[in-house]
Amino acid sequence: MSGVNKHFGDLHVLKDIDLTVHPGEVVVLIGPSGSGKSTLCRTINRLETIDEGEITVDGVPLPAEGKALAKLRSDVGMVFQAFNLFAHKSVLSNVMLGPMKVRGKSKKQAQELAMALLEKVGVANQAQKLPAQLSGGQQQRVAIARALAMRPKVMLFDEPTSALDPEMINEVLDTMVALAKEGMTMIVVTHEMGFARKAAHRVIFLSDGQIVEQSTPEEFFTNPQSERAKDFLGKILNH
Amino acid sequence: MSFLDRYASVLSQYDVLGAFWVNIQLTFWAAIGSFVLGCLLALMRISPIASLRGFGATYVQLLRNTPLTILMFIAVLGVWTQLQIKLSGDFQQNFFNFAVVALSLYHAAFVCEAIRSGVNTVPVGQAEAARAIGLSFLPSARLIIFPQALRGSITPLGNTLIALTKNTTVATAASVAEASGLMKTMIEFNSDIVIAIFLTFAMCFVVIVIPMGLITTWASRKWAVKR
Ligand SMILES: Nc1ncnc2c1ncn2[C@@H]1O[C@H](COP(=O)(O)OP(=O)(O)OP(=O)(O)O)[C@@H](O)[C@H]1O
Ligand SMILES: [Mg+2]
Repeated sequence: MSGVNKHFGDLHVLKDIDLTVHPGEVVVLIGPSGSGKSTLCRTINRLETIDEGEITVDGVPLPAEGKALAKLRSDVGMVFQAFNLFAHKSVLSNVMLGPMKVRGKSKKQAQELAMALLEKVGVANQAQKLPAQLSGGQQQRVAIARALAMRPKVMLFDEPTSALDPEMINEVLDTMVALAKEGMTMIVVTHEMGFARKAAHRVIFLSDGQIVEQSTPEEFFTNPQSERAKDFLGKILNH
Repeated sequence: MSFLDRYASVLSQYDVLGAFWVNIQLTFWAAIGSFVLGCLLALMRISPIASLRGFGATYVQLLRNTPLTILMFIAVLGVWTQLQIKLSGDFQQNFFNFAVVALSLYHAAFVCEAIRSGVNTVPVGQAEAARAIGLSFLPSARLIIFPQALRGSITPLGNTLIALTKNTTVATAASVAEASGLMKTMIEFNSDIVIAIFLTFAMCFVVIVIPMGLITTWASRKWAVKR
Protein backbone atom coordinates (compact mmCIF):
# COMPACT_ATOMS: atom_id res chain seq x y z
CA MET A 1 0.00 0.00 0.00
CA SER A 2 1.22 3.48 -0.72
CA GLY A 3 0.22 6.97 0.31
CA VAL A 4 -2.79 5.70 2.25
CA ASN A 5 -4.76 8.31 4.15
CA LYS A 6 -7.94 7.84 6.10
CA HIS A 7 -10.12 10.08 8.24
CA PHE A 8 -12.97 9.41 10.63
CA GLY A 9 -14.63 12.81 10.42
CA ASP A 10 -12.01 15.25 11.70
CA LEU A 11 -9.78 12.51 13.00
CA HIS A 12 -6.86 11.70 10.72
CA VAL A 13 -6.39 7.99 11.59
CA LEU A 14 -3.96 6.89 8.88
CA LYS A 15 -1.32 9.32 7.67
CA ASP A 16 0.57 8.60 4.45
CA ILE A 17 1.06 4.93 5.13
CA ASP A 18 3.52 3.19 2.80
CA LEU A 19 3.89 -0.49 3.43
CA THR A 20 4.88 -3.51 1.37
CA VAL A 21 4.51 -7.01 2.73
CA HIS A 22 6.25 -9.71 0.70
CA PRO A 23 4.89 -13.19 0.12
CA GLY A 24 5.74 -15.40 3.06
CA GLU A 25 6.55 -12.45 5.27
CA VAL A 26 5.16 -12.11 8.79
CA VAL A 27 4.67 -8.52 9.91
CA VAL A 28 3.65 -7.49 13.40
CA LEU A 29 1.87 -4.17 13.88
CA ILE A 30 2.33 -2.69 17.28
CA GLY A 31 1.44 0.65 18.82
CA PRO A 32 -0.57 2.47 21.47
CA SER A 33 -4.34 2.17 21.66
CA GLY A 34 -6.03 4.35 19.06
CA SER A 35 -2.94 4.55 16.87
CA GLY A 36 -4.84 3.06 13.92
CA LYS A 37 -3.64 -0.56 13.93
CA SER A 38 -7.09 -2.08 13.52
CA THR A 39 -8.05 0.48 10.93
CA LEU A 40 -4.91 -0.23 8.92
CA CYS A 41 -5.61 -3.94 9.08
CA ARG A 42 -9.23 -3.49 8.01
CA THR A 43 -8.39 -1.30 5.02
CA ILE A 44 -6.55 -4.24 3.47
CA ASN A 45 -9.78 -6.14 2.80
CA ARG A 46 -11.77 -2.95 2.54
CA LEU A 47 -13.83 -3.39 5.69
CA GLU A 48 -12.75 0.24 5.97
CA THR A 49 -12.52 2.42 2.88
CA ILE A 50 -9.61 4.80 2.38
CA ASP A 51 -9.67 8.46 1.37
CA GLU A 52 -6.38 8.55 -0.53
CA GLY A 53 -3.66 6.26 -1.72
CA GLU A 54 -3.52 2.82 -3.23
CA ILE A 55 -3.70 -0.70 -1.86
CA THR A 56 -2.85 -3.70 -3.98
CA VAL A 57 -3.03 -7.35 -3.04
CA ASP A 58 -0.90 -9.69 -5.13
CA GLY A 59 -0.50 -6.91 -7.70
CA VAL A 60 -4.24 -6.22 -8.02
CA PRO A 61 -5.66 -2.89 -6.79
CA LEU A 62 -8.54 -3.27 -4.30
CA PRO A 63 -11.84 -3.26 -6.20
CA ALA A 64 -14.36 -0.72 -4.93
CA GLU A 65 -17.33 -3.05 -4.58
CA GLY A 66 -19.40 -5.88 -5.97
CA LYS A 67 -18.26 -9.32 -7.10
CA ALA A 68 -14.63 -8.27 -7.59
CA LEU A 69 -14.42 -7.02 -4.00
CA ALA A 70 -16.02 -10.19 -2.67
CA LYS A 71 -13.51 -12.21 -4.67
CA LEU A 72 -10.62 -10.24 -3.25
CA ARG A 73 -11.89 -10.64 0.30
CA SER A 74 -12.10 -14.37 -0.20
CA ASP A 75 -8.36 -14.34 -0.86
CA VAL A 76 -7.60 -12.35 2.28
CA GLY A 77 -8.19 -14.24 5.51
CA MET A 78 -9.22 -12.25 8.56
CA VAL A 79 -9.22 -13.20 12.22
CA PHE A 80 -10.98 -10.85 14.60
CA GLN A 81 -10.42 -10.01 18.23
CA ALA A 82 -14.00 -11.11 19.03
CA PHE A 83 -13.74 -14.36 16.96
CA ASN A 84 -17.03 -13.58 15.18
CA LEU A 85 -17.90 -17.20 14.47
CA PHE A 86 -21.35 -17.56 12.93
CA ALA A 87 -23.34 -18.07 16.10
CA HIS A 88 -26.19 -20.13 14.62
CA LYS A 89 -23.98 -22.64 12.83
CA SER A 90 -21.93 -25.53 14.11
CA VAL A 91 -18.17 -25.28 14.19
CA LEU A 92 -17.96 -27.56 11.16
CA SER A 93 -20.52 -25.51 9.19
CA ASN A 94 -18.62 -22.34 10.05
CA VAL A 95 -15.56 -23.71 8.30
CA MET A 96 -17.51 -25.32 5.42
CA LEU A 97 -19.55 -22.25 4.55
CA GLY A 98 -16.90 -20.31 2.63
CA PRO A 99 -15.63 -23.24 0.54
CA MET A 100 -19.21 -24.17 -0.40
CA LYS A 101 -20.86 -20.80 -0.90
CA VAL A 102 -17.90 -18.79 -2.16
CA ARG A 103 -15.62 -21.36 -3.76
CA GLY A 104 -18.42 -23.58 -5.04
CA LYS A 105 -17.01 -26.79 -3.60
CA SER A 106 -19.26 -29.80 -3.07
CA LYS A 107 -20.46 -30.59 0.42
CA LYS A 108 -18.21 -33.61 0.59
CA GLN A 109 -15.09 -31.71 -0.49
CA ALA A 110 -15.86 -28.87 1.89
CA GLN A 111 -16.38 -31.27 4.76
CA GLU A 112 -13.07 -33.05 4.13
CA LEU A 113 -11.24 -29.74 3.92
CA ALA A 114 -12.95 -28.40 7.04
CA MET A 115 -12.21 -31.51 9.09
CA ALA A 116 -8.58 -31.47 8.01
CA LEU A 117 -8.23 -27.84 9.07
CA LEU A 118 -10.03 -28.37 12.37
CA GLU A 119 -7.67 -31.28 12.96
CA LYS A 120 -4.74 -29.01 12.21
CA VAL A 121 -5.81 -26.36 14.72
CA GLY A 122 -6.67 -29.05 17.25
CA VAL A 123 -10.44 -28.74 17.63
CA ALA A 124 -11.67 -31.53 15.37
CA ASN A 125 -13.41 -33.20 18.32
CA GLN A 126 -15.62 -30.10 18.74
CA ALA A 127 -16.83 -30.04 15.14
CA GLN A 128 -20.52 -30.61 15.87
CA LYS A 129 -20.82 -28.08 18.68
CA LEU A 130 -22.07 -24.52 18.46
CA PRO A 131 -19.45 -21.77 18.87
CA ALA A 132 -20.97 -20.66 22.19
CA GLN A 133 -20.18 -24.09 23.66
CA LEU A 134 -16.43 -23.64 23.06
CA SER A 135 -13.82 -21.81 25.08
CA GLY A 136 -12.44 -18.56 23.70
CA GLY A 137 -9.19 -20.19 22.68
CA GLN A 138 -11.03 -22.95 20.83
CA GLN A 139 -13.31 -20.43 19.12
CA GLN A 140 -10.36 -18.41 17.92
CA ARG A 141 -8.69 -21.52 16.50
CA VAL A 142 -11.93 -22.35 14.66
CA ALA A 143 -11.89 -18.80 13.31
CA ILE A 144 -8.37 -19.39 12.02
CA ALA A 145 -9.51 -22.64 10.38
CA ARG A 146 -12.45 -20.82 8.81
CA ALA A 147 -10.11 -18.24 7.30
CA LEU A 148 -7.65 -20.93 6.13
CA ALA A 149 -10.46 -22.83 4.41
CA MET A 150 -10.48 -20.10 1.77
CA ARG A 151 -6.81 -20.82 0.96
CA PRO A 152 -6.00 -17.12 1.45
CA LYS A 153 -2.96 -15.38 -0.02
CA VAL A 154 -2.54 -13.35 3.12
CA MET A 155 -3.96 -13.52 6.64
CA LEU A 156 -4.87 -10.52 8.78
CA PHE A 157 -5.04 -10.90 12.55
CA ASP A 158 -6.46 -8.06 14.64
CA GLU A 159 -5.46 -8.66 18.26
CA PRO A 160 -6.41 -12.32 18.05
CA THR A 161 -5.51 -13.06 21.66
CA SER A 162 -6.50 -9.93 23.54
CA ALA A 163 -10.02 -11.17 24.32
CA LEU A 164 -8.67 -14.44 25.73
CA ASP A 165 -7.96 -15.60 29.25
CA PRO A 166 -4.19 -15.89 29.81
CA GLU A 167 -4.16 -19.69 29.83
CA MET A 168 -5.68 -19.80 26.33
CA ILE A 169 -3.40 -17.29 24.69
CA ASN A 170 -0.65 -19.77 23.98
CA GLU A 171 -2.79 -22.34 22.21
CA VAL A 172 -3.79 -19.65 19.70
CA LEU A 173 -0.28 -18.24 19.39
CA ASP A 174 1.15 -21.72 18.80
CA THR A 175 -1.31 -22.19 15.95
CA MET A 176 -0.22 -18.87 14.49
CA VAL A 177 3.48 -19.65 14.86
CA ALA A 178 2.93 -22.96 13.04
CA LEU A 179 1.17 -21.09 10.27
CA ALA A 180 4.03 -18.61 9.99
CA LYS A 181 6.55 -21.46 9.77
CA GLU A 182 4.59 -22.89 6.84
CA GLY A 183 5.23 -19.69 4.94
CA MET A 184 1.85 -17.99 5.23
CA THR A 185 1.95 -14.25 4.60
CA MET A 186 0.66 -12.65 7.79
CA ILE A 187 -0.10 -9.20 9.12
CA VAL A 188 -0.66 -9.41 12.85
CA VAL A 189 -1.78 -6.72 15.26
CA THR A 190 -0.61 -7.91 18.65
CA HIS A 191 1.22 -6.90 21.77
CA GLU A 192 2.50 -10.45 22.31
CA MET A 193 6.25 -10.01 22.12
CA GLY A 194 6.78 -13.74 22.37
CA PHE A 195 4.97 -14.23 19.09
CA ALA A 196 6.80 -11.35 17.46
CA ARG A 197 10.20 -12.72 18.48
CA LYS A 198 9.37 -16.28 17.46
CA ALA A 199 7.61 -15.72 14.17
CA ALA A 200 7.82 -12.16 12.87
CA HIS A 201 10.24 -10.98 10.24
CA ARG A 202 9.45 -7.36 10.84
CA VAL A 203 7.85 -5.23 13.53
CA ILE A 204 6.12 -2.02 12.55
CA PHE A 205 5.50 0.58 15.21
CA LEU A 206 2.48 2.74 14.57
CA SER A 207 1.68 5.87 16.52
CA ASP A 208 -0.96 8.50 15.80
CA GLY A 209 -1.64 6.95 12.41
CA GLN A 210 1.96 7.06 11.26
CA ILE A 211 4.60 4.40 10.80
CA VAL A 212 7.20 5.69 13.23
CA GLU A 213 9.66 2.87 13.14
CA GLN A 214 10.21 -0.57 11.62
CA SER A 215 12.86 -3.18 12.14
CA THR A 216 13.43 -6.79 13.08
CA PRO A 217 11.78 -7.90 16.35
CA GLU A 218 15.15 -8.30 18.04
CA GLU A 219 16.26 -4.82 17.05
CA PHE A 220 12.92 -3.21 17.89
CA PHE A 221 12.49 -4.68 21.35
CA THR A 222 16.08 -4.30 22.48
CA ASN A 223 17.07 -1.11 20.76
CA PRO A 224 14.12 1.08 19.73
CA GLN A 225 15.16 4.23 17.92
CA SER A 226 12.33 6.70 18.43
CA GLU A 227 11.27 8.31 21.70
CA ARG A 228 7.68 7.23 21.14
CA ALA A 229 8.66 3.60 20.71
CA LYS A 230 10.86 3.69 23.81
CA ASP A 231 8.05 5.27 25.78
CA PHE A 232 5.53 2.71 24.53
CA LEU A 233 7.78 -0.28 25.20
CA GLY A 234 8.51 1.08 28.65
CA LYS A 235 4.81 1.04 29.38
CA ILE A 236 4.03 -2.44 28.12
CA LEU A 237 7.09 -3.99 29.75
CA ASN A 238 6.54 -2.49 33.15
CA HIS A 239 3.09 -3.75 33.99
CA MET B 1 -87.87 -19.41 27.87
CA SER B 2 -84.79 -19.52 30.06
CA PHE B 3 -81.73 -17.46 29.28
CA LEU B 4 -79.71 -20.49 28.24
CA ASP B 5 -82.38 -21.72 25.84
CA ARG B 6 -82.62 -18.29 24.33
CA TYR B 7 -78.83 -18.14 23.95
CA ALA B 8 -78.69 -21.58 22.39
CA SER B 9 -81.44 -20.81 19.93
CA VAL B 10 -79.75 -17.57 18.83
CA LEU B 11 -76.43 -19.35 18.35
CA SER B 12 -78.08 -22.04 16.28
CA GLN B 13 -79.54 -19.44 13.92
CA TYR B 14 -76.17 -18.07 12.92
CA ASP B 15 -73.02 -19.67 11.60
CA VAL B 16 -70.62 -18.30 14.21
CA LEU B 17 -67.92 -20.89 13.58
CA GLY B 18 -68.16 -20.35 9.83
CA ALA B 19 -67.61 -16.63 10.34
CA PHE B 20 -64.59 -17.29 12.53
CA TRP B 21 -63.25 -19.65 9.93
CA VAL B 22 -63.16 -16.64 7.58
CA ASN B 23 -61.05 -14.72 10.12
CA ILE B 24 -58.69 -17.64 10.44
CA GLN B 25 -58.32 -17.85 6.66
CA LEU B 26 -57.72 -14.10 6.45
CA THR B 27 -55.09 -14.41 9.17
CA PHE B 28 -53.40 -17.33 7.42
CA TRP B 29 -53.08 -15.74 4.00
CA ALA B 30 -52.25 -12.26 5.27
CA ALA B 31 -49.63 -13.74 7.61
CA ILE B 32 -47.89 -15.33 4.63
CA GLY B 33 -48.28 -12.22 2.48
CA SER B 34 -47.06 -9.80 5.12
CA PHE B 35 -44.17 -12.06 6.12
CA VAL B 36 -42.83 -12.34 2.57
CA LEU B 37 -43.29 -8.64 1.89
CA GLY B 38 -41.92 -7.70 5.31
CA CYS B 39 -38.77 -9.76 4.70
CA LEU B 40 -38.24 -8.04 1.36
CA LEU B 41 -38.72 -4.63 2.99
CA ALA B 42 -36.30 -5.50 5.79
CA LEU B 43 -33.79 -6.63 3.18
CA MET B 44 -34.18 -3.28 1.41
CA ARG B 45 -33.73 -1.39 4.65
CA ILE B 46 -30.38 -3.02 5.39
CA SER B 47 -29.16 -3.07 1.78
CA PRO B 48 -26.12 -1.08 0.65
CA ILE B 49 -28.24 0.65 -2.02
CA ALA B 50 -29.48 4.01 -0.77
CA SER B 51 -32.56 4.20 -2.99
CA LEU B 52 -33.80 0.81 -1.78
CA ARG B 53 -33.24 1.83 1.83
CA GLY B 54 -35.21 5.02 1.15
CA PHE B 55 -38.05 3.09 -0.45
CA GLY B 56 -38.23 0.66 2.48
CA ALA B 57 -38.26 3.44 5.04
CA THR B 58 -40.92 5.43 3.17
CA TYR B 59 -43.13 2.37 2.78
CA VAL B 60 -42.97 1.57 6.47
CA GLN B 61 -43.72 5.15 7.52
CA LEU B 62 -46.60 5.46 5.08
CA LEU B 63 -48.32 2.14 5.73
CA ARG B 64 -47.74 2.00 9.46
CA ASN B 65 -49.35 5.40 9.89
CA THR B 66 -52.41 4.81 7.71
CA PRO B 67 -55.48 3.45 9.52
CA LEU B 68 -56.23 -0.07 8.32
CA THR B 69 -59.89 0.74 7.75
CA ILE B 70 -58.86 3.39 5.26
CA LEU B 71 -56.63 0.90 3.45
CA MET B 72 -59.62 -1.45 3.20
CA PHE B 73 -61.75 1.31 1.72
CA ILE B 74 -59.00 2.28 -0.71
CA ALA B 75 -58.71 -1.34 -1.81
CA VAL B 76 -62.41 -1.90 -2.34
CA LEU B 77 -63.69 1.53 -3.33
CA GLY B 78 -60.58 2.85 -5.04
CA VAL B 79 -58.98 -0.13 -6.70
CA TRP B 80 -62.06 -2.22 -7.37
CA THR B 81 -64.90 0.26 -7.89
CA GLN B 82 -62.91 3.11 -9.44
CA LEU B 83 -60.09 1.35 -11.28
CA GLN B 84 -62.22 -1.72 -12.01
CA ILE B 85 -59.42 -4.06 -11.01
CA LYS B 86 -60.77 -7.42 -9.91
CA LEU B 87 -58.88 -10.01 -7.92
CA SER B 88 -61.37 -12.79 -8.54
CA GLY B 89 -64.39 -13.46 -10.74
CA ASP B 90 -66.34 -14.56 -7.70
CA PHE B 91 -68.02 -11.67 -5.90
CA GLN B 92 -67.29 -12.82 -2.33
CA GLN B 93 -63.82 -14.11 -3.16
CA ASN B 94 -63.00 -10.75 -4.70
CA PHE B 95 -63.71 -8.96 -1.41
CA PHE B 96 -61.80 -11.60 0.50
CA ASN B 97 -58.74 -11.20 -1.74
CA PHE B 98 -58.79 -7.42 -1.42
CA ALA B 99 -58.95 -7.77 2.35
CA VAL B 100 -55.95 -10.15 2.32
CA VAL B 101 -53.98 -7.69 0.18
CA ALA B 102 -54.80 -4.73 2.43
CA LEU B 103 -53.97 -6.72 5.58
CA SER B 104 -50.71 -7.92 4.03
CA LEU B 105 -49.61 -4.48 2.88
CA TYR B 106 -50.39 -2.98 6.27
CA HIS B 107 -48.81 -5.64 8.48
CA ALA B 108 -45.75 -5.96 6.22
CA ALA B 109 -44.65 -2.62 7.68
CA PHE B 110 -44.78 -4.09 11.19
CA VAL B 111 -43.12 -7.34 10.11
CA CYS B 112 -40.33 -5.27 8.56
CA GLU B 113 -39.80 -3.38 11.80
CA ALA B 114 -39.91 -6.60 13.84
CA ILE B 115 -37.22 -8.16 11.65
CA ARG B 116 -35.15 -4.99 11.78
CA SER B 117 -35.22 -5.14 15.55
CA GLY B 118 -33.99 -8.72 15.15
CA VAL B 119 -31.21 -7.54 12.84
CA ASN B 120 -30.13 -5.17 15.58
CA THR B 121 -29.60 -8.15 17.90
CA VAL B 122 -27.02 -9.56 15.45
CA PRO B 123 -23.56 -8.17 16.30
CA VAL B 124 -21.83 -6.26 13.46
CA GLY B 125 -18.98 -8.74 13.71
CA GLN B 126 -21.22 -11.39 12.15
CA ALA B 127 -21.72 -9.32 9.00
CA GLU B 128 -18.03 -8.40 8.91
CA ALA B 129 -16.98 -12.02 9.21
CA ALA B 130 -19.39 -12.93 6.40
CA ARG B 131 -17.96 -10.21 4.17
CA ALA B 132 -14.41 -11.17 5.12
CA ILE B 133 -14.81 -14.68 3.71
CA GLY B 134 -16.07 -13.20 0.45
CA LEU B 135 -19.86 -13.35 0.77
CA SER B 136 -21.56 -10.43 -0.94
CA PHE B 137 -24.66 -8.70 0.42
CA LEU B 138 -27.41 -11.11 -0.58
CA PRO B 139 -25.68 -14.34 0.43
CA SER B 140 -24.55 -12.90 3.74
CA ALA B 141 -28.07 -11.61 4.43
CA ARG B 142 -29.59 -14.97 3.52
CA LEU B 143 -27.06 -17.25 5.21
CA ILE B 144 -25.86 -15.25 8.20
CA ILE B 145 -27.91 -12.17 9.08
CA PHE B 146 -31.52 -13.24 8.44
CA PRO B 147 -31.36 -16.66 10.12
CA GLN B 148 -30.11 -15.00 13.29
CA ALA B 149 -32.34 -11.94 12.97
CA LEU B 150 -35.48 -14.05 12.54
CA ARG B 151 -34.67 -16.07 15.64
CA GLY B 152 -34.14 -12.80 17.48
CA SER B 153 -37.44 -11.36 16.32
CA ILE B 154 -39.83 -14.21 17.11
CA THR B 155 -41.45 -12.27 19.95
CA PRO B 156 -42.20 -9.07 17.98
CA LEU B 157 -43.24 -11.20 14.98
CA GLY B 158 -45.63 -13.06 17.29
CA ASN B 159 -47.04 -9.76 18.50
CA THR B 160 -47.58 -8.72 14.91
CA LEU B 161 -49.38 -11.99 14.21
CA ILE B 162 -51.64 -11.42 17.21
CA ALA B 163 -52.41 -7.88 16.04
CA LEU B 164 -53.09 -9.24 12.55
CA THR B 165 -55.50 -11.86 13.89
CA LYS B 166 -57.54 -9.21 15.66
CA ASN B 167 -57.26 -6.77 12.78
CA THR B 168 -58.94 -9.26 10.43
CA THR B 169 -62.19 -7.90 11.91
CA VAL B 170 -61.53 -4.74 9.91
CA ALA B 171 -62.18 -6.79 6.75
CA THR B 172 -65.85 -6.03 7.44
CA ALA B 173 -65.05 -2.65 5.92
CA ALA B 174 -64.25 -4.50 2.70
CA SER B 175 -67.60 -6.31 2.87
CA VAL B 176 -66.09 -9.63 3.93
CA ALA B 177 -68.53 -11.71 5.96
CA GLU B 178 -66.37 -12.35 9.02
CA ALA B 179 -66.97 -12.67 12.74
CA SER B 180 -67.25 -9.05 13.87
CA GLY B 181 -69.73 -8.33 11.10
CA LEU B 182 -71.80 -11.29 12.16
CA MET B 183 -71.64 -10.14 15.75
CA LYS B 184 -73.03 -6.77 14.77
CA THR B 185 -75.95 -8.41 12.97
CA MET B 186 -76.65 -10.75 15.87
CA ILE B 187 -76.64 -7.92 18.38
CA GLU B 188 -78.96 -5.87 16.23
CA PHE B 189 -81.63 -8.55 16.17
CA ASN B 190 -81.10 -9.98 19.67
CA SER B 191 -80.45 -6.97 21.82
CA ASP B 192 -81.75 -8.78 24.94
CA ILE B 193 -78.66 -11.01 25.16
CA VAL B 194 -76.12 -8.53 23.88
CA ILE B 195 -73.61 -9.20 26.67
CA ALA B 196 -73.63 -12.95 26.07
CA ILE B 197 -73.04 -12.43 22.34
CA PHE B 198 -70.21 -10.05 23.04
CA LEU B 199 -68.54 -12.47 25.41
CA THR B 200 -68.93 -15.34 22.96
CA PHE B 201 -67.04 -13.50 20.25
CA ALA B 202 -64.45 -12.12 22.61
CA MET B 203 -63.84 -15.62 23.99
CA CYS B 204 -63.40 -17.05 20.51
CA PHE B 205 -60.67 -14.52 19.75
CA VAL B 206 -59.01 -15.16 23.07
CA VAL B 207 -59.00 -18.88 22.33
CA ILE B 208 -57.26 -18.26 18.99
CA VAL B 209 -54.81 -15.66 20.24
CA ILE B 210 -53.60 -17.08 23.56
CA PRO B 211 -51.89 -20.11 22.01
CA MET B 212 -50.10 -17.78 19.60
CA GLY B 213 -48.60 -15.92 22.53
CA LEU B 214 -47.62 -19.13 24.30
CA ILE B 215 -46.09 -20.64 21.20
CA THR B 216 -44.04 -17.55 20.34
CA THR B 217 -42.73 -17.27 23.90
CA TRP B 218 -41.72 -20.92 23.82
CA ALA B 219 -40.22 -20.68 20.34
CA SER B 220 -38.25 -17.52 21.06
CA ARG B 221 -36.59 -19.32 23.98
CA LYS B 222 -35.99 -22.53 22.10
CA TRP B 223 -34.47 -20.88 19.05
CA ALA B 224 -32.59 -18.05 20.73
CA VAL B 225 -29.11 -17.76 19.23
CA LYS B 226 -26.58 -18.64 21.90
CA ARG B 227 -23.69 -16.21 22.00
N1 LIG C 1 -15.88 3.58 12.97
C1 LIG C 1 -15.20 4.59 13.55
N2 LIG C 1 -15.73 5.84 13.58
C2 LIG C 1 -15.05 6.85 14.14
N3 LIG C 1 -13.85 6.74 14.71
C3 LIG C 1 -13.25 5.53 14.72
C4 LIG C 1 -13.91 4.39 14.14
N4 LIG C 1 -13.10 3.32 14.28
C5 LIG C 1 -12.00 3.77 14.92
N5 LIG C 1 -12.07 5.10 15.18
C6 LIG C 1 -11.04 5.92 15.81
O1 LIG C 1 -9.88 5.82 15.04
C7 LIG C 1 -8.74 5.74 15.86
C8 LIG C 1 -7.93 4.52 15.50
O2 LIG C 1 -8.68 3.38 15.85
P1 LIG C 1 -8.14 1.90 15.73
O3 LIG C 1 -9.24 1.02 16.17
O4 LIG C 1 -7.59 1.68 14.39
O5 LIG C 1 -6.99 1.90 16.79
P2 LIG C 1 -6.14 0.70 17.33
O6 LIG C 1 -4.72 1.10 17.13
O7 LIG C 1 -6.59 -0.56 16.75
O8 LIG C 1 -6.45 0.75 18.87
P3 LIG C 1 -6.68 -0.45 19.92
O9 LIG C 1 -5.33 -0.88 20.37
O10 LIG C 1 -7.44 0.21 21.02
O11 LIG C 1 -7.45 -1.52 19.23
C9 LIG C 1 -9.23 5.76 17.29
O12 LIG C 1 -9.05 7.06 17.80
C10 LIG C 1 -10.66 5.40 17.19
O13 LIG C 1 -11.39 6.04 18.20
MG1 LIG D 1 -7.68 -2.29 17.52
